[in-house]
Amino acid sequence: MSNEFYQLSVNGVAHEVRDAWAGESLLYVLRERLGLPGTKGACEQGECGSCTVLMDGEAVCACLVMAATAVEAEITTVEGLSSDGEPTDVQQAFVDAGGVQCGFCTPGLVVAVHHLLERTANPSELQIKEAISGNICRCTGYGRIFAAVKQARDNRLAM
Amino acid sequence: MATTTATSRATLGTSAVRPDGMPKVQGRFAFASDVWADNMLWGATLRSPHPHARIRSIDVSGALAINGVSVVITADDVPGQLTYGLITSDQPVFARDVVRYAGEPVAAVAADHPETARRALDAIRVDYEVLSPLLDAEQAIDGSFAAIHPDGNVIRNQRVIRGDQSFVGDVIVEGSYELGMQDQAFLGLEAALALPDEDGAGVELFVATQWLHEDQKQIAACLDMPLERVRITLGGVGGAFGGREDISLQVHCCLLALVTRRPIKMQYGREESFFGHIHRHPARIVMRHHADRDGTLRRVEARAVFDGGAYASTSSAVLINAVTHMQGPYRCDIATVDGYVVRTNNPPCGAMRGFGVVQACFAHESQMDKLAVACGLSPVDIRLKNAMRTGDRLITGQIVESVAPVERCIRETAALPMPAPLLDEPDALELPGGSGLTARRSNIRRGVGWGVSIKNLMYSEGFDDYATARCRLADGVVTLQFATAEVGQGFVVLAQQIARTVLGIDTVLLEPISTAIGSAGSTSASRQTWMSGGAVDGACRLVREQLFAHVGATHDVDPLRLAIDATEVIDTMGTLRVAVADAARGLVLDETFEHHHRATEELDENGQGNCHVAFAFVAHRAVVDVDPDLGLVKVVQIATAQDVGRVLNPLAALGQVEGGIAQGLGLAVMEEIVLVNGKMRNPSFTDYLLPTALDAPEVVVTMIEEPEPQAPLGAKGIGEPPCISVTPAIVAAIRDATGKALTRVPVRPQDIVFGD
Amino acid sequence: MTVINATTIDQVVSALREYPQARLVQGGTDVMVEVNLNRARVHDVISLRRVNELRRWHVDEESGTVRIGAGVPYAEMERAPLCLHVPALGEAARTVGAPQIRATGSLGGNLGTCSPAGDGLPVLSALDAVVHLRSADDARDVVVHDFMLGVKQNAKRADEVIVAITVPLLVGFQGYAKVGMRNAMVISAASACLVHDADNGNVRLAFGAVAPTIVRARAAEAWLAERVSLRNSLTLDGAIAREFGQLAAKECAPIDDHRSTADYRRHAVAVLAERLLLRAAEQQGRDE
Repeated sequence: MSNEFYQLSVNGVAHEVRDAWAGESLLYVLRERLGLPGTKGACEQGECGSCTVLMDGEAVCACLVMAATAVEAEITTVEGLSSDGEPTDVQQAFVDAGGVQCGFCTPGLVVAVHHLLERTANPSELQIKEAISGNICRCTGYGRIFAAVKQARDNRLAM
Repeated sequence: MATTTATSRATLGTSAVRPDGMPKVQGRFAFASDVWADNMLWGATLRSPHPHARIRSIDVSGALAINGVSVVITADDVPGQLTYGLITSDQPVFARDVVRYAGEPVAAVAADHPETARRALDAIRVDYEVLSPLLDAEQAIDGSFAAIHPDGNVIRNQRVIRGDQSFVGDVIVEGSYELGMQDQAFLGLEAALALPDEDGAGVELFVATQWLHEDQKQIAACLDMPLERVRITLGGVGGAFGGREDISLQVHCCLLALVTRRPIKMQYGREESFFGHIHRHPARIVMRHHADRDGTLRRVEARAVFDGGAYASTSSAVLINAVTHMQGPYRCDIATVDGYVVRTNNPPCGAMRGFGVVQACFAHESQMDKLAVACGLSPVDIRLKNAMRTGDRLITGQIVESVAPVERCIRETAALPMPAPLLDEPDALELPGGSGLTARRSNIRRGVGWGVSIKNLMYSEGFDDYATARCRLADGVVTLQFATAEVGQGFVVLAQQIARTVLGIDTVLLEPISTAIGSAGSTSASRQTWMSGGAVDGACRLVREQLFAHVGATHDVDPLRLAIDATEVIDTMGTLRVAVADAARGLVLDETFEHHHRATEELDENGQGNCHVAFAFVAHRAVVDVDPDLGLVKVVQIATAQDVGRVLNPLAALGQVEGGIAQGLGLAVMEEIVLVNGKMRNPSFTDYLLPTALDAPEVVVTMIEEPEPQAPLGAKGIGEPPCISVTPAIVAAIRDATGKALTRVPVRPQDIVFGD
Repeated sequence: MTVINATTIDQVVSALREYPQARLVQGGTDVMVEVNLNRARVHDVISLRRVNELRRWHVDEESGTVRIGAGVPYAEMERAPLCLHVPALGEAARTVGAPQIRATGSLGGNLGTCSPAGDGLPVLSALDAVVHLRSADDARDVVVHDFMLGVKQNAKRADEVIVAITVPLLVGFQGYAKVGMRNAMVISAASACLVHDADNGNVRLAFGAVAPTIVRARAAEAWLAERVSLRNSLTLDGAIAREFGQLAAKECAPIDDHRSTADYRRHAVAVLAERLLLRAAEQQGRDE
């Protein structure tokens, strides 16, 4: 039951973490130990959403998950949203709609929007805003991000 | 950073897709915090807890005793110049004898893990003799506090005196206005990776910055190295907004790498970021406006005091922007302005989007509303009546030669649709207080307010802030090189659009952004579209000239008759039409171009002189819903018409406008670094609040396109104007809804509830 | 530092005996902030993430109560069916931090941390909730008022774990309101929960973030009960609601800090209490 080493399942791949300091967050372990720097950190306290990952299907802040407690959970990061390297519909919509400027908030937002659209096929404008109200963007003022989410939503509904 | 490519017919004027967009959405884009090297160590910084103290001694033995700690460095380890700074070199790399603000670097460590480094910092013993801090800017001016720095407590005092100083208007309004300290709060925290050269006599730095060559100059001086031994490559930048113009961790990181001879990674956390970069100046501005009874503005009197904090940074330039824009986008012949920016033991302040004009604008726009009331005019009519035009003079005597469509900005903003009225039973998320469920529909009052602004573009007062770019055409592919910091604004896509337009070639590669080419100046002052855009355009045109010479010689046509039509070279007076790709086959054309803007002058002692290059204008109309009993605000809509010269990328331009508005909204109603006795009380995203998706208003935009003759592409910079007059517009709307005076931003709930 | 990933409450309490200094971590949204910001040097950690017993809730019709596992996330309280049983808790849950925080944050964490700004706590106070604790040696129930002792101080012993909270199923309005400085993801500057227990004829009011711990406005509750019939129906005029709010605000002891001022907080809770009472009366009117 202790943590001399532990296993994490990330994007469908089992990883062994050895000799880690137990206080390391999932964010740190993903970025610095597992070679998955797509998940970003910007506040260390769950107030910006940049580090959003899916954990057993729930969107959570990786900075607030103690990595050694994330054993036996299925973790999905921005790198694992598609398996073939092709962009997902949400990723494509963010590019097309101008939802990306500096791009630091983008991976967390993309994960949060995937989570939203998988739960709620046809979210209203307010549902979209509430769902991403934990993801701070400092560049865009959110206008093009809303446009991207609506584009992804509408494309899915049209399929 | 990998070379990025794009192939499309996305020329100037189209919403070309940015080349870094796809890597960013997939998590593949390398930000400065994402780079690493084998065998690297982690650097960390020890900072003073006191705003003002003498350092008696520093004992690093406890830190060095920790397993995994490689080195601890202090001021004694700085080989070259002990200080740095953008305008004056007054800020120590590490405090040596005295600390002048809470958060000032005192030492740095290198260790094998961030947690080890943190424990090492905790183990360093610094013996401080705590001194009483200078916190009141007025005390810095009146000389009642001993100098806290060898350069003195007044960083700069500048008057602007023009016209009949005895003039008294028929109508006089006055007010005193105050702005709190705003933070840039870019999402991507300060980060760098330094790689020492094998011989220990040079260093390579990957860093998120706004101005590579200025960093290079300052780092080299502190390291006592020739410039060329400090090689800087831009690490991916997660926003900047002025906050990366100054040195933060650059010298520390390089120095640790040189001392340990190992790669060093440094990365601030959010709390340290608040200490590690400069902020927007808090300011107090007292103004008196004189006008004729019909509302014609005649004289502006102002006294402005900006708190620059412990070190100078760009304070003197910020002050100049404030005092020279004090009349706003209005004609005014008489001015009596006195401005101070002073040194205190508060955190240092410097560049942030809007750069001094944000502060002046909040004051002059509040005054224009008072003047409107005093003259019986509407907020729109008072502004139309006084709107500046091309050819008018500023209070500095400088003639505004720029396109100046102020009247159009106001009229076209007014013509934009108002938001729908609040529903009888709205969703709680649409009301002030949001999901807190504080609001009752019947208590909500709606208000409308206005703000208009003028903003200088590029640097001022004689500074030649040129930009360099290189264009290489080989095998039908264009490669561009420049040192223009891409901080999120989208210069990388604009550069590709320029090359496609000028050369008719779709495949445009971008070299890494580095000091391997000449300076592009800073990504600030709304200048890169104009300056680096002009440089890329110039380099591409030089290549095109050579291409035309070659085609002319091959086809026996005067090169002057040739032009690019989409992807072909055509003879404008004949029938020749040849694909650029074919015409360029076998050629290697390589040109470098420096774009310089026209020269500017320093101000004289009365603040007179042609100190600015050019100007842009914007109008904002804000609609807010206020819950007056709780003092909570929901910004419903911002309408804006912005003078942009020419839209080069509609989607990117819209993104700049919407993003700037959100930052101005933040200053209006929530963003402030709270200082108590010189110490920050809220250096975190829990307590320094940024607008969320549920705080974002509807934004309706009109771009005013009147091409600017001075500008290489006809386009003015668009980054700063959106965040300037939106703040006073929102405050005016809250005043309209509540009848309160509200002379301070950010407007806090208690100001609305208890204010006069 | 050792991390123990427990899967049963029995494992948790025996680990607590073995590691008396251990911190219990449910969602991590409080503890990891301390670790990340170097505010606390955490020695050993017992993770409750995989203790499924803590993530269950059920309605006990016989006793008229809902027992909510200490690890049930706020996201579940926001949604039906749980928010239909305890509406004020649903409203409070929706104001907790970011959606990502609500996915893992829980009442156990709120009670364990015991910040006066904890969004769930005024609701538990207004509902007279009971906190269920377990140790290797015993199990005990503590009324929430006796559990919350001060700023980040509670009655839980080091060898105990909070396993669940029981709240009553009530007939009548219940609501939560919270003032923050932006429209989402914000720490409370002042909050209030008002519950109308129509069967027992009382109105209960609790405030958050206006004293070292949650405040129950008992004097104002008593004042109201003397003036207005609260059994079954609830009819009142605006003047009564206003006075109720002002009286209740006198029971707070707010402070000035970087989030707000004492004067504003006192004012705000008066407004919140008044508006909540008006909402209660309006809902009663609609239901009739």
